[in-house]
Order: sequence, then C-alpha cells, then structure tokens
Amino acid sequence: MSITTSASAASQDAPVTKPARRKVRLTDRSRHERNLGWLLAGPAFIVMVAVTGYPILNAIWLSLFDYRLTDPAGRDFIGLGNYGMILTDALFWQQFGITTLITVVTVAVELVLGFALAMVMHRALYLRTPLRTAILVPYGIITVVSAYAWAYAFSNTYGFVNPMLGLGEFDWFGGTWSALFAVCVAEIWKTTPFMSLLLLAGLAQIPDDYLEAAKVDGAKAWQRVKRVILPNMKAAIMVALLFRTLDAFRIFDSIFIMTAGAQNTETLSFLAYRQTISRVMIGLGSAVSVILAILVVLIAFLFLKVFKTDLSQARGDRK
Amino acid sequence: MRFRSHEREFVASDFTVGFTRLQRRREGTVHKGRLRTAAVTSLTLIAATLTGCGGDDGGSTTLSYFIADGPQQDVAERCAAESGGAYSFDIQRLPNNAAGGREQLLRRLAAEDRSLDIVSVDPPFMAEFANAGFLRVFTDAERQEFSNGVLQGPLEQSLFRDDMWSAPLYGNTQLLWYRKSVLQKAGVDPAAGPVTWDQLIQGASSAGVTLAAQGRRNESLMVWVNALVASAGGSILAEGSQNVPADQVKGELDSPAGTAAVKVMHDLAISPAAPAGFTTAGEEDSRAAFQAGNGGFMVNWPYVWAAFDTAIEEGSLPADFKNDVGWAAYPRIEAGTPGAAPSGGLGLSISAFSDRQDLAVEAIRCLASPQSQKEFMISAGNPAALASVFDDPEIREMFPMADEIRTGMDNATPRPVSPYYGDVTGSIQAGFHPPDDLNPQTTPREANQLLEDVLSNRRLI
Repeated sequence: MSITTSASAASQDAPVTKPARRKVRLTDRSRHERNLGWLLAGPAFIVMVAVTGYPILNAIWLSLFDYRLTDPAGRDFIGLGNYGMILTDALFWQQFGITTLITVVTVAVELVLGFALAMVMHRALYLRTPLRTAILVPYGIITVVSAYAWAYAFSNTYGFVNPMLGLGEFDWFGGTWSALFAVCVAEIWKTTPFMSLLLLAGLAQIPDDYLEAAKVDGAKAWQRVKRVILPNMKAAIMVALLFRTLDAFRIFDSIFIMTAGAQNTETLSFLAYRQTISRVMIGLGSAVSVILAILVVLIAFLFLKVFKTDLSQARGDRK
Repeated sequence: MRFRSHEREFVASDFTVGFTRLQRRREGTVHKGRLRTAAVTSLTLIAATLTGCGGDDGGSTTLSYFIADGPQQDVAERCAAESGGAYSFDIQRLPNNAAGGREQLLRRLAAEDRSLDIVSVDPPFMAEFANAGFLRVFTDAERQEFSNGVLQGPLEQSLFRDDMWSAPLYGNTQLLWYRKSVLQKAGVDPAAGPVTWDQLIQGASSAGVTLAAQGRRNESLMVWVNALVASAGGSILAEGSQNVPADQVKGELDSPAGTAAVKVMHDLAISPAAPAGFTTAGEEDSRAAFQAGNGGFMVNWPYVWAAFDTAIEEGSLPADFKNDVGWAAYPRIEAGTPGAAPSGGLGLSISAFSDRQDLAVEAIRCLASPQSQKEFMISAGNPAALASVFDDPEIREMFPMADEIRTGMDNATPRPVSPYYGDVTGSIQAGFHPPDDLNPQTTPREANQLLEDVLSNRRLI
C-alpha cells in the first residue's frame, strides 16, 4: 500500500515529460484497435459535435449580426460591430470588475475553508462517514435553492441574519457591497465542499511516512503543513483552484435570485442573459457569450500553461 | 413507449455483442464488416432517440391555455364543462413574475411553437408580440364583441396600431391606501380630496409612519416611473414612436415631467417615510410595510384588499385591521393636475401559429365573459375589465372601493405601447434605480440618453 502511494507521489513530483514522437508503422492489430476506437466513440463524438459544436459555431456566427428575435426582417450583418460596442461600453468593464472580484474573493475564502475542512475529514478518527456527508450536504443542494435560502436568511423582514447580528432592519440587498457580501456568502457556503473534496483527494495521496519522518525530525504542526503537506498537494490545489475559478467566473444563479442584478451586482453571465433573453438581442447577446467563453478559456490557459496545473491529478465536475 | 422499451432491449444485447467482440479482438479475429454494423446500429439508435419525442394530431379539440394567475384555471374548467365537449383545456402555468412570463412566451412564439393556442399576455408586452407577428389579430366583429363595455384603460392596452390583439380579461390600477388612525398625526386626509406625493411624504415623515411604493428594480419600478411621468403631464416615449424602427425612437424623459418624477422618487427614497428596504421592495414588501406597526400609506394594486383577508385568517393581522384601512385615488404630482394611475391587467391572445384559432376565439368568448370576469375578480382580487361587473351587488359587497377602481381604470395611463418594450422597460429600470441615488438635475437627461442609446444598439443594459 505504502509503496504504491509513494510511487504515485513520486511520479507527481517528477517533471512531466512528453513521450518523444516517433513515426511508427502501425501494425495491423493497432490499426484495428484504432478503427475500433473510432467506431465505438464515433457516434458519441457525432452527438457531442451536434449538441455542443453546432451551437457554439452558431453563436459565433450570430454574434456578427444586429439581430432582434422579434424583428427577423431587420437582421443586419455588422461584422465585429457588437464586439466593438461591448468592449467600449463602461457597463461591460464594470461587470467584468464585479465578476473578477466575486471570483477572487470566493475562491480565496473557499480555498482556506476547504483546506481546513479537508484536514478535518482526513484526520477524523470517529464518525468519518457522517462527517463527510455533513460537509458535502451544501454541495448537494441546487444553487437556486441555496440562493433562495440565503436570500431569505439575509432578508430584513424575516431573515435570521439581522436578529443574530443585531442589525435591526438593515437591508443587505439595498447596497452594492452588502449585496455582494451576501452573494459571496451564499456561493462560499455552497461550493466550499467541492473544494474540500478535491483537496481531500490530494491530502490522501501524501504518504504518512513523510509526516512521520518530519515529526521524528522535530517539525512542529505548522511546519509539517507548510513544508510537507502543502508542497505535496500543489497539483491538487491547482486543479481545485482551476475548477472553482472557471465556475465562479460564470456565476449567475445566486445573483439572479438574490438581487436580480440590482445595485450594480450584475456579472458577465447576467449581461449575456439580459441581452439574449430579456432584450432578445440575439446577436449582441451571442457576442457577450463569446467574450465570456474566451475569458474562461484564457483563465484555463493561464492555469494550465503559466501555473503548470496537471489535470491528470484529479477528476470531477460541478453538480 | 413501446419504442423506448424496445430500444433498451437493443442496447443490452448490443452490449453483449460488444463484449464477445472484445474477446475476439484480443484473439485478433475481429471482422471489419461486423464492426461497421455495430456502428450503424448505434447511430440508428441515436437517431431513434432524437426523433422519438413529439407528435400531436391536428384534429384535437384540446386547446393549450397558458395562464398567469391560478384562478384562471377554475374559470377555464367551468368553460370547458359548459362547452359540452366542444373544447377542453390543457392548462400551462406561466412564471409568477411578469418578466418571466414574457420571456417564456417570447421564446416559444419566436420558435413558432405550435403547441400554444391561447396565451395570457401582460398588456405592455402585447405590442412587442403583435409587431413580431406572433399573435393572431382579432377580426372587426370580434374586436367589437370583446371591446363592448370594456373600461378605457384595459381597452387601450389591448390595441396596437389600431388593431385588437388581446381580449381584455382583467384590468388593473393602483390606489392610494392609508391607515385611518395615522391621518390626524400626518395632517393629510385623502378622503377629503386629492393629495399630492409631497403632502404624503411630508405627512408620513412627520407622523413617523411609512409611505410604501415599489422601488425594486423590476417591472414594478417601470409601473411607478410611468405613472409619475404621466401624472406630471409627460410621457416616456415621444408620440408616434410605435411606428418607427428602434433606432429612431425618441424618449421624452428629459423634460419637466421627467424631472418631477425623479424628484418624487428621490424625495421619498431619502425621506424617513421610506420603509426599510425601499430600493428592493416589490408589491408584497409594500404590503408588509403597510401592515407593520408603523405602516401609514401605500400605493398598490387592489389585490391587497383580498390579501388582508388572508392575513387576518392566518392570524398575522388583527381581525379589525380592515376597519382602519381607507383608500383614495392615486396621488398627484401637482394639486391641480389629476394623477395618472398605473394601468395593468391581462389580455388573452391567440398564437399566430395555433392550428385551432377559431376554436380559441370560441373559448375566449367564455373565458372573458362577464360571468368569468366576475368569478375571477372574486377569487383573485383582480378587477374586471368590464364596467358592468362593478355594478354587481356581490362585487360591491366584496370590494367597497369598486367605484374608485373603476374610475382609476378609466383614467389609467398604460405603459408605453412599443414593439421594443423590452428595451424600454430595461433602460428605465437601469436608469431610475436605485431611487435614493437619483438626481433631479441629471437623471432625466442621462436616463433619456440611455433609453435612446439602448434602442439604437449603442449601449448595453
């Protein structure tokens, strides 16, 4: 057991080396295997292209038009006009700022809390299963439901937050900062378990031998965390941060329920929603969505290339 | 269903085939031809799954009816029973809030969804749907029939470019509601004659009570802005803007009327009379503020009268609460100029893509009949669109303010009739919120600019 874990830990530490590419003449057998692979995966691949590829390309195409759904006759090709308009609009940059702020704050707090919870789950001697279940409950709740729960909690007429903090009739959703605080609390509560789950996976991969050796050498608890646990978990932490950042950047549900975008709490997803669904400006909305998608890809690129996150570390997805 | 179970069986057997093949592959004896068959089979299966749903026979007498209010269902059930089998309804519930209902209908109609027959359309959204060709226009004879005896407010908002697109099911208007016990301290008496917003704000502030209005950033805010601008003698859009392309629509907010409206909103929002959470308060929050210990005044729709009853039954209000409640016409901006009360309601329209349009007209005859409107008024608390219903003794007994509602609906000012209403209301909501941050000097000009820029696709909201 300990051999396999340390082996896997060692392989994490080793720099990722790409196998050298060589042109090999395929044997009959491997050609068959390759064909079989395509035939088995082919139908799923076609479906994937149909349900994701087509809409993406269509959205990019539509984003080049001035097109209102209720006025199909007035559809005009305007090239990159929508993009130019969006990128020079103050509202876009303001919402970009809000989105970034929410992302940074929630992911940072979630990382700290998630790490603490992962440690608790990892170290717990008794009641492990109930404990893990309890920690994971918020993650099992649908985002809209958790947003409603927190909207009621922060409500100034029947919420429990104000009486608890002695705030009287303070209206949390009446100001930008207090509303954003409430939104962040709801997000953090909802997704910290996801973070802690990913971190727990990383934590479980650190061999006990390392910690025992550190203890024998006289390392204090904090030193063990800083010198042994964190460096060995780097890959898991980066993967957790990547997943959560991508999710947090697309935040929509909580804000839609809690403030409906009032008090300048709108994010970029909300901007896309308002142009596409409320105003039925399909072209403009598609352009916002494309920009949002590009930003998400940039974040992923940043993590993968600049921070060298190794995706094979952990697997998982939201919901 | 048979299709589906068959399909599942197929998948299972395919799996076994795949498994034996896997073994053979290991032995290196796999046949290309058979592999192709496997792939073709899976493709066929996928195609079958994709086309497996849907299907509707055209000769059915079941009309789909998209309702916005629960009690519409009771009326529909009675109508179906009375029709003697001529039609029945497949009731579909629209989202509770106006914007949600609009978005759903808009998406379905834009996709030319044939499963829609009768749809409940909030009047301000009707022009947008009609302009896009989503609705069936009522014939002259039908128009005559469905506008006979209808009050001015509900009638006006069912017309677009002089055609009728919705049969009015109910109308709506807001009244000023007050607690009789606070009048003396506040020094205003709406029962004695029309009152102004200034009087109410000052009176409520000095009496230490609240004046509730809807400062929330949604359609309710639009209702309030429109009523204030109209009360000051102005309008949000310039005349004739129904008939021009979006980028030529002109706003009229940068005007004395716009300034007067902004002033009232801002004055109230920063006064002690504003209930807690004013900038996030919708109709129900206003009612809660009015029912609270320091409740004094409120502008709101007449449904609150029935809602007080429910609250009394639930025990959250004292049994004699309604004795303390009075009502009057919507407040004015200037003492000498009549106020323009908000106009709301619901119309029944027929989808242009429906296969059963004649049957739908037949059904609307019953759904919007005087009897149905009366039933609806009793169960939902929403005022009938027909003037005659207000003379009904049962209605007068239940709604002591029936005359004020009827007068209000006759004088009510509908929200701008525009094919681009979504942009208009979105810009107004962005430009006039939060009310405590507005500035009578700058807001009217900025909001007007935002409105015109959004309509001509130069700004985002």
